[in-house]
Amino acid sequence: MSATLPVVASLFGSIPEPMVQWVVWPTIKFVIAFAIIMGIVAFTTLVERRVLGFMQARLGPNRVGPQGILQFVADPIKLLLKEDIVPAGAQKAAYFIAPMLPIIPAFLVFCLIPFGPPPTFAITDVNVGLLLILALTSTGVYGIILGGWASNNKFSLLGGLRSAAQMVSYEVPFGLSIVGVLMLSGSLSLVEIVHRQELGVWNVLPQLVGCFIFLVAMTAEVNRAPFDLPEAESELVAGFHTEYSGMKFAFFFLAEYASMLVNACLIVILFFGGWTLAIAGKGLTTETMQTMGWLGLSLGFLIFAAKVAFFMILYIWFRGTFPRYRFDQLMELGWKWMIPLALVNIVVTGIVILLVRNGGA
Amino acid sequence: MTDPLMLTGVSLALFVIVGAIAVASSILVVSMRNPVHSALFLLLTFLCVAILFVSMGAEFVGAVQVLVYAGGIMVLFLFVVMLINVKALPKEKVFTATSMMGVLMGVLLFIILAIILASGTWAPAVNAPENLRTAVVVKTTPVVDAGGATIQTETVTRDVVGNAEAVGMALYRDYLVPFEVASLFLLVAMVGAIVIGKRELDASEEEAIPEFIAKKVSDEDRLKEVTGA
Repeated sequence: MSATLPVVASLFGSIPEPMVQWVVWPTIKFVIAFAIIMGIVAFTTLVERRVLGFMQARLGPNRVGPQGILQFVADPIKLLLKEDIVPAGAQKAAYFIAPMLPIIPAFLVFCLIPFGPPPTFAITDVNVGLLLILALTSTGVYGIILGGWASNNKFSLLGGLRSAAQMVSYEVPFGLSIVGVLMLSGSLSLVEIVHRQELGVWNVLPQLVGCFIFLVAMTAEVNRAPFDLPEAESELVAGFHTEYSGMKFAFFFLAEYASMLVNACLIVILFFGGWTLAIAGKGLTTETMQTMGWLGLSLGFLIFAAKVAFFMILYIWFRGTFPRYRFDQLMELGWKWMIPLALVNIVVTGIVILLVRNGGA
Repeated sequence: MTDPLMLTGVSLALFVIVGAIAVASSILVVSMRNPVHSALFLLLTFLCVAILFVSMGAEFVGAVQVLVYAGGIMVLFLFVVMLINVKALPKEKVFTATSMMGVLMGVLLFIILAIILASGTWAPAVNAPENLRTAVVVKTTPVVDAGGATIQTETVTRDVVGNAEAVGMALYRDYLVPFEVASLFLLVAMVGAIVIGKRELDASEEEAIPEFIAKKVSDEDRLKEVTGA
């Protein structure tokens, strides 16, 4: 890394090399990634409202700037200037901590996700990367539960409880649907998983069932429609964030959209070839991108961004299409369909891999 | 991988700080009077233990610790505590004869453990890094001579890559039977918990369940009923 950018690297001359490699570069990359992600997350809220407007044959926000494009700047300003109301019976400490809890894992996960050809676009490449991502995303639920409990409001508490039950239930198929991919690629490193796909085919073909389960589970994990029961406005006012206003509400909102982005990145990396456009090693592979220099690396990033954008639109599309599930239907779908299906998928994948290997050997 | 920072001072400081937080928060787990606060401090303890695992090079165990304990078990704990809505417990006298007995026992146990550890006479851990498998047999092929008799077997091996694979090798190859027995125990415990926890509903409770949840009416019939079609 320091060899590719000698000018910048010379600035760190006095710092020992391991510090530069393991602390300084990842920090710089993460700060840049953080700024970009905050921008994307804010922009997604505008895109969501415009796309939903289009789907529902209405305009959506179009007043601030040309075609309403500055709405995503106006919204945070509005939220920052709003009065911050704390309910009288709230559990003060928990009420203040709750909005911060989901946002930390949601942004920390971006350290582990490669956005383009490594090493330039991958902040880190940990050999248990995928497991760490699952672990971090699974802790995001605490803010929602705690926020619901600390608000001293029965609708909030119900929203928080629904969220806890839902996220625990759907974490199981979420994790199990990935196992098939892991068996095919034999690694927990995301870079390695993408590498295996460019040498063969995208995992979505051999793992169609796994991909479907992942898609459903990832929508349920971030509490998006049709699984948005924790904030079902027709039943629970606004669910767990009923009592939150101003920037505290914005933090919950940011965490939800950041988690959406994480899940969209994950499905692209796990099932849709990441930043590559290649079959059986032919086409735009990581290697060709790296030999093309900065142009190729940027191309890889753009391919990745385009794929992720598709899944972000898909989330919005779901919201515009499906009615909300009833709670007992949600649990039934999770426990009686998704989990058994994921287990069958694992067993079948294992048998096929064994047969192919023994047949080929 | 060797210690990437090559700074033993940093990892020592990390151990001291994180260890202190872990101990302090586990004391708070038992001393807090509000069950939700206790549960949150237990969560903090689990996270600190996970950091300690990672700092000792056991990334896999650390990640699993967060995934299982922080992501699953503690969420269910909180769920139950909030659902039954336990109020804060009344203040209690802390220094009773019973609790002082407990402190005494704790100090005694600490002294015994300290003596054992200081003497260094314990048997080496079974899963010490040097006992973990470092190579895997990929395949064995018999080498045959012209007559068809096997002269020797050729073995292809490769190195175990990373923490996850080493743990997997230990669990699913070297200690497969104990692992399966443990999983059977867990299953029995789970079935037992369900059997003990389940009770027959009496008639009035049976009535209280909405028909569509008790599945006396199918969704299609209910839809017809509601729409009047």
